[in-house]
Amino acid sequence: MTSETVIGLEVHVQLATASKMFCACAVSFGAPPNTLTCPVCLGLPGSLPVLNRRAVELGIRTALALGCRLHPESQFHRKNYYYPDLPKNYQISQYEYKGHPPLATGGALSVPLGGEARAVSIRRVHLEEDTGKLVHDGAASLVDYNRSGTPLMEVVTEPDLRSPLEARLFLAHLRSVLQFAEVTSGRLEEGTLRCDANLSLRLPGQPYGTRTEVKNMNSLRSVERALRFEEVRQREIRARGQAVVQETRHWDEDRQVTFSSREKEEAQDYRYFPEPDLVPLTVDAGWIDRVRAELPELPAARRRRYIEVFELPEHDATVLTTTRPMAEFFEQAARLFPQPKVISNWLIGDVSAYLNAAGREIDDVPVRPESLAGLLRLIDAGVLSGRSAKEVLEEMLRTGRAADAIVAERGLNQISDEGMLTAVVQEVIAEHPGPVQDVRAGKDQAVTFLVGQVMKKTRGRANPALVHRLLRERLSSG
Amino acid sequence: MIDDLAVAHVARLSRLELSPQEVAQFRAQLGEILAYVRTLDALELGDVPPAAPAPAAGGVLREDIVGPCLTQEAAVANAPAVLNGYFAVPAVITDE
Amino acid sequence: MSRGPALPDLPAWELRTLYRRRETSPTEVLHEVFRRIDANEGRIHAYLFLNREAALAEASRWDGEVAREDAPSLAGIPVAIKDNICMQGWPTTCGSRMLEQFKPPYDATVATRLRRAGAILLGKANLDEFAMGSSTENSAFGPTRNPWDETRVPGGTSGGPAAAVAAGEATLALGSDTGGSIRQPAAFCGVIGLKPTYGRVSRYGLVAFASSLDQIGPLARDVKDAALLLQAIAGWDPADSTSADVDVPPFAERLTGTIRGLRLGVVREFFAQGLDAGVADAVRAAIDTCRELGASCEEVSLPHASYALPAYYIIAPAEASSNLARYAGVHYGYRTPEAADLETMYSRTRREGFGAEVKRRIMLGTYALSAGYYEAFYLRAQQVRTLVRRDFAAAFERFDALLGPVTPTAAFRLGEKVDDPLQMYLSDVYTVPLNLAGIPGISVPCGFVGGLPVGLQVIGRPFDEVTVLNVAHAFERATTFHAARPPLAHPKNSPSLAPRDGPVDREKRRAQTSEDSLG
Repeated sequence: MTSETVIGLEVHVQLATASKMFCACAVSFGAPPNTLTCPVCLGLPGSLPVLNRRAVELGIRTALALGCRLHPESQFHRKNYYYPDLPKNYQISQYEYKGHPPLATGGALSVPLGGEARAVSIRRVHLEEDTGKLVHDGAASLVDYNRSGTPLMEVVTEPDLRSPLEARLFLAHLRSVLQFAEVTSGRLEEGTLRCDANLSLRLPGQPYGTRTEVKNMNSLRSVERALRFEEVRQREIRARGQAVVQETRHWDEDRQVTFSSREKEEAQDYRYFPEPDLVPLTVDAGWIDRVRAELPELPAARRRRYIEVFELPEHDATVLTTTRPMAEFFEQAARLFPQPKVISNWLIGDVSAYLNAAGREIDDVPVRPESLAGLLRLIDAGVLSGRSAKEVLEEMLRTGRAADAIVAERGLNQISDEGMLTAVVQEVIAEHPGPVQDVRAGKDQAVTFLVGQVMKKTRGRANPALVHRLLRERLSSG
Repeated sequence: MIDDLAVAHVARLSRLELSPQEVAQFRAQLGEILAYVRTLDALELGDVPPAAPAPAAGGVLREDIVGPCLTQEAAVANAPAVLNGYFAVPAVITDE
Repeated sequence: MSRGPALPDLPAWELRTLYRRRETSPTEVLHEVFRRIDANEGRIHAYLFLNREAALAEASRWDGEVAREDAPSLAGIPVAIKDNICMQGWPTTCGSRMLEQFKPPYDATVATRLRRAGAILLGKANLDEFAMGSSTENSAFGPTRNPWDETRVPGGTSGGPAAAVAAGEATLALGSDTGGSIRQPAAFCGVIGLKPTYGRVSRYGLVAFASSLDQIGPLARDVKDAALLLQAIAGWDPADSTSADVDVPPFAERLTGTIRGLRLGVVREFFAQGLDAGVADAVRAAIDTCRELGASCEEVSLPHASYALPAYYIIAPAEASSNLARYAGVHYGYRTPEAADLETMYSRTRREGFGAEVKRRIMLGTYALSAGYYEAFYLRAQQVRTLVRRDFAAAFERFDALLGPVTPTAAFRLGEKVDDPLQMYLSDVYTVPLNLAGIPGISVPCGFVGGLPVGLQVIGRPFDEVTVLNVAHAFERATTFHAARPPLAHPKNSPSLAPRDGPVDREKRRAQTSEDSLG
């Protein structure tokens, strides 16, 4: 009997607020070290935390998007441990124990897995503050507290995932939902979305096996690979008749392995107790209703709208709503060039192909919806052939130059001058009597050949539709 | 009541280095104090709720508006060791 | 030359009157205060840091302004600040080696409010390390001595502030009270000390000891002064989530001087075994005085009073163990000079930076929160706290305020209790219940035992400092205890012959105060 893999995820989401969780310092990246701090996020003696309303709102939003139950009162707790990136040597978080729920519990996210939608249960959503950053420099470790106090939200799933691929798909979908809800920018590579996983194996129907925690997976791909590695590792251990050790393991991207982290130390005793510097957080029905009313459109709703309003097929709608930036791009382009299906084709086709190959997101490339609209207008006006348009688009994506400029520079303007094309058509007819006769005899494939010859002579710039028409006219007239 | 092992464990959790004499001395003192505070054990507490923090507090949340930060100089002014604007500590041991 | 109390011994409200009449000026008062300090600091050691230059600059700034009708309430009044309250750019040592060199880059809210009220901030006053103790003997920089008898403690942890006010080394002072740390030294030093309702005064900038118990409060020579100072610092602070959004009455204006018809409850459990006979007599006499003033005084029971102290000695150390975790040599404060690795840096820094009492409480607190003990200790103690609150609530249904002693004895001798931590803890038995309940309380001088001051404690409903102050004020008006001055406060030589610097035993004093460089 093969064992089944059981995976649960703990996702840390950096909330899209302007200021930190407990102080007014800006949340920002790349600033010089220790330039975005204050007595509170530095943990100076005498400092006190004050909770950011917007962070709570984004937490409420998340809870609504995930169908969780929001608790009218929740407490913050101190998680006490010593580490240099923790300025107070405790982290303000929300613990969960009997009678004291965190912000929200008990939701579910429906994820398309293997052709069907499955509900993955959410155990809880809670708020906490982020730590500073530690950099290693030889014999010293260097600490930067700019990130300390950044608002974090932790989303914890039940162990409902059954494979590394499912974990990856869930994470991608969760990220998408959170992006659409404008809760976070959700970029794993930048660390605004971080994921730890718990993995164990069990024989179906048996109790859960010993689980290991896997950390340091910095992309969707690493999540899948790390869990795959861990799955295999645990299977091999069990095959040898040994027991899996409960421990924390780190994913090493370079070596593509998980390794046991640090020395064996006693289980951490965090000595949780309610944070005495904060009063219990109250979330009343009125607040929840206001947040619900302002909830941005989530992927499922948007998908439906694309199908109904833009009349796109389901496949298109699904692909376009995979990420928020893509969906936004599409809608803006559709506003400027009201042929949604055409836009969709280009986005799903050539644009996505380029992005995948270059490993980039649509936000990262210099093409804006206006530029794409501009390109499509050229095609529409018959100035540019479809084939040429692909070339132009590729350069646009690379360089950000406008379509007109590229077309003009390369002389790619489609030839729609009837007089000129008629001349070329007559030339071709004269040069290829054989195929001409085939056409008159009813062999239509010969038309394609002749069209091709016209295209060759015009170096691809002839308007194909026009060429077809002119050829037929000439050929039918004798 | 409380033994040396427990004192050593608590000292470790508290990150306090103690000499063996100190362990013995603290053991005696802590033992005495713990015996005293354990007089609470005599009480029947049943469903009495633990005291809620700051019952009358305004509990006002802060609006998400950015405010001024300390300069880097001010932030590191009291630091025992600084390197290029970072706080420097002895290396954290990891396997990385 | 000699004419009643000297300027340093006058209450603030009287100085304000003199200012308005232009009979004296802040600079003149300050000079007198400095002379008093010069004559006595060597013995008393109330201060850890004095900023004469800044104070004089402030004083001269106010010289021209204090006579104005619209001058703020404390304009030109010299105030000492307990050294666990942050003042930007000034040392804030908390009486600890751990923060000996620490200078906060920000002001506590109370400091800002004091400046706005025109107060002249003189310096930082001595305390037990991190506000843990009952005698100021736990200061890493030497104890403060009781101005009434320099072989005795001034009380703690606000021993420096209380001694400074008693000795005329400041007109007013700010202290902090977590388990009695304002009231007990006030009682030992014969001055007024008020612990406000929890949440009445902002804790932002008060170096935390026990977050759910700490409050900043005034020490003064009479009740009206305490009321003025409270008024200046009280009020909601958005930087402190635990501060209460309630109106601040003009406390000084609300002093009616009468308590006729008031219902006062005498706490039965506070007169049980352990209370010194002399103290008991003085407090009972004070209660009689209240009766004579027209208040009804009846016995009331707080059934869980005896459990308050053990509960406190679980909750306070537990919160402290977490609040003090940040002192580990990473980004401010002391760091041990030789540490090859991080863990050693942590443990040795804290070993060398903290004194014994602080270590004791940290370990006690860590134990009480640790796995397997949280429910048995911390949770239970918080439940007991609820019971203590309920006891007070029930008492306040029948009474407007409660009366009792502040301390079981008068000031004990230096060294008497340092080797017996539990004995030291027991001196908090009458003060601690108020911190657990978050209610206000004041100590007002009510007599002497063997020449040493005794305090009467008046306990009030949440946010009813008005009644607490009123009772103390009425009592004060009917007695003269608060007007007595410790004999050591007056230099034995006449002013013109006194040396500029009083006899200072610099070898004994281990701290480097800026006084030395300015003196």
